[in-house]
Amino acid sequence: MDLYEYQGRELFARHGLPVLDGGVATTPEEARAIADRLGGRVVVKAQVKVGGRGKAGGVKLADGVDEAEARARDILGMDIKGHTVHKVMVTTTADIAEEYYFSYLLDRANRTFLCIASVAGGMEIEQVAHEAPEKVVQEPIDANVGVDEAKARDIVSRAGFPADVADQVAAIAVKLWQTFVAEDATLVEVNPLAKVADGRVLLLDAKITFDGNAGFRHPDHEALEDTSAVDPLEQRAKERDLNYVKLDGEVGIIGNGAGLVMSTLDVVAYAGEEFGKVRPANFLDIGGGASAEVMANGLEIVLSDPAVRSVFVNVFGGITACDAVANGILQALKLLGERGEAVTKPLVVRLDGNNAEEGRRILDNAGNPLVERVDTMDGAARRAAELAGVSAESSRVRDESGV
Amino acid sequence: MAIWLTKDSKVIVQGVTGSEGSKHTRRMLRAGTNIVGGTNPRKAGTTVDFDGTQVPVFAGVAEAMKETGADVSVIFVPPAGAKAAMIEAVDAQIPLAVVITEGIPVHDSTAAWAYNVANGNKTRLIGPNCPGIASPGASNAGIIPADITGPGRIGLVSKSGTLTYQMMYELRDIGFSTCVGIGGDPVIGTTHIDALAAFQDDPETAAVVMIGEIGGDAEERAADFIKANVTKPVVGYIAGFTAPPGKTMGHAGAIISGSSGTADAKKVALEAAGVKVGKTPSETAALMREVIQSL
Repeated sequence: MDLYEYQGRELFARHGLPVLDGGVATTPEEARAIADRLGGRVVVKAQVKVGGRGKAGGVKLADGVDEAEARARDILGMDIKGHTVHKVMVTTTADIAEEYYFSYLLDRANRTFLCIASVAGGMEIEQVAHEAPEKVVQEPIDANVGVDEAKARDIVSRAGFPADVADQVAAIAVKLWQTFVAEDATLVEVNPLAKVADGRVLLLDAKITFDGNAGFRHPDHEALEDTSAVDPLEQRAKERDLNYVKLDGEVGIIGNGAGLVMSTLDVVAYAGEEFGKVRPANFLDIGGGASAEVMANGLEIVLSDPAVRSVFVNVFGGITACDAVANGILQALKLLGERGEAVTKPLVVRLDGNNAEEGRRILDNAGNPLVERVDTMDGAARRAAELAGVSAESSRVRDESGV
Repeated sequence: MAIWLTKDSKVIVQGVTGSEGSKHTRRMLRAGTNIVGGTNPRKAGTTVDFDGTQVPVFAGVAEAMKETGADVSVIFVPPAGAKAAMIEAVDAQIPLAVVITEGIPVHDSTAAWAYNVANGNKTRLIGPNCPGIASPGASNAGIIPADITGPGRIGLVSKSGTLTYQMMYELRDIGFSTCVGIGGDPVIGTTHIDALAAFQDDPETAAVVMIGEIGGDAEERAADFIKANVTKPVVGYIAGFTAPPGKTMGHAGAIISGSSGTADAKKVALEAAGVKVGKTPSETAALMREVIQSL
């Protein structure tokens, strides 16, 4: 989960890291109240999880409460690269003397954590690393050793931080590491870390990513998730513990196991090229279990996507036997009927692996005209794409004829 | 022969008394795995009955190894206790620890890995979040279904569980020496490269299927390794060509960040190393079939 800048600022403040005073507003009036409390000149910043806010006009200076309210009114509701601005952060201004860069992150390739520090901050660190690699220090951090004062001082001196800020930056480096660990983050990035006119070093931006797997240790993290920015189908799926990602195609996908489902998306997309370029409508991994209830919840989510025109259920029975999966599908269809959400879109089902023949027999005997059985992954993907393509065409004809 | 897990492997289960642990211990026993014990500090000294097989419960891995000569541990401990379980296995210097547990915080797996490295890397960790390792006809440590295929000449290494099963099924008539599920987490103990190196050295493995997916650069690094070190034919498959950037696709590690970790980049790297990459699992299986027939 990625945090908004204002959430990162608040998190830093809570961990005792020096940030600008400020607050977050969802209305121009709230922005005015924050500006009033802060007094003087303020910055109003759009809160979106995408770069390039400044260029898009999402960051403005304001002198006094009237201007703060007016700038907030301009920015709230603005669209920045497809992200609607629902919140603005209002802070005091900083007279920046120097801009630095500091981050901790997970280094997957080396199976360790990494500190990146540079005295060339304020721009993309990738760009600095490319143009002036000597200005970027990368230091692996052993998870079991961490960053103590000595380590921090070493990083600060190797990165060439000026002597007048070295103490402050080293103290921030230690505290930022503690924050990184305490919050189970996979990224804390401060760009810029800035020296301001009065000599203080402040964290002026915050990019923070939390590890979803560590949620059980952080019940407070859930409240930081912005459900308004999440696709409503993804939100509903999440409430039911389903691993669902909304995509932009027409073929609904349900499968067991992340790799198999990813592979199913690919196979459907290839097959769809022949049928009006239909594509997968979602990723949904119902896991190894594939019980009737999970199948029903999954089908309900997938079928409630208006873009879906056919559904491909792709199951390889490993631990779960295919007869149980087949019964699960039939019970799911029944359950949905009872919930008043009778299924009207065609389902293509491919069952393979453990007890596949019995599973297929169960589907055949049920004789549900909406359920079509195809025994290979490629064949079933093709059929599901074909059904979505055909119904796409007929619905287009319907639209054009005005019926 | 096989890699890492053979018919002589003596296997213990950490978390043998839990619901997942006991369910899969029963399955592993049915598959012929030599399960010599389990661990649970609160139930030490008791035994668990699995369809008539009495499995003794020990307080910890070190004690279980001392009493039984165990050399493999399979970890089913839930996420909150998984780091401690991995550290315990490393402390006991068990040669192989297979971590099935899904949902372990990455700070915990990174710390466990660092701990293993700091202690001389004496334990091969497989996983976490993996289906385990199976040497068909010999032994099965984890949750890979034992009856998909029999012993044969193909080695398989994969990030994904069900895709592993799918590939085993497609090539079931040829059979496999060892199938290793390395897991879909961002930080894992055994990589594609480790498995490729072991398969290269295993006289009974004639060719290798390597299954990857979006996220990270493990496949690219495996490609470099293959180019320099692997003379046996390798066939590859990558899942996630149509996955959008920035979205985690089921596995915690399966995410395209910016422009890195794409399936295309992995395919290009593998092909440059002489690996034939299939577009679909069935095409990949067909490529492997051709390879085996031409040997």
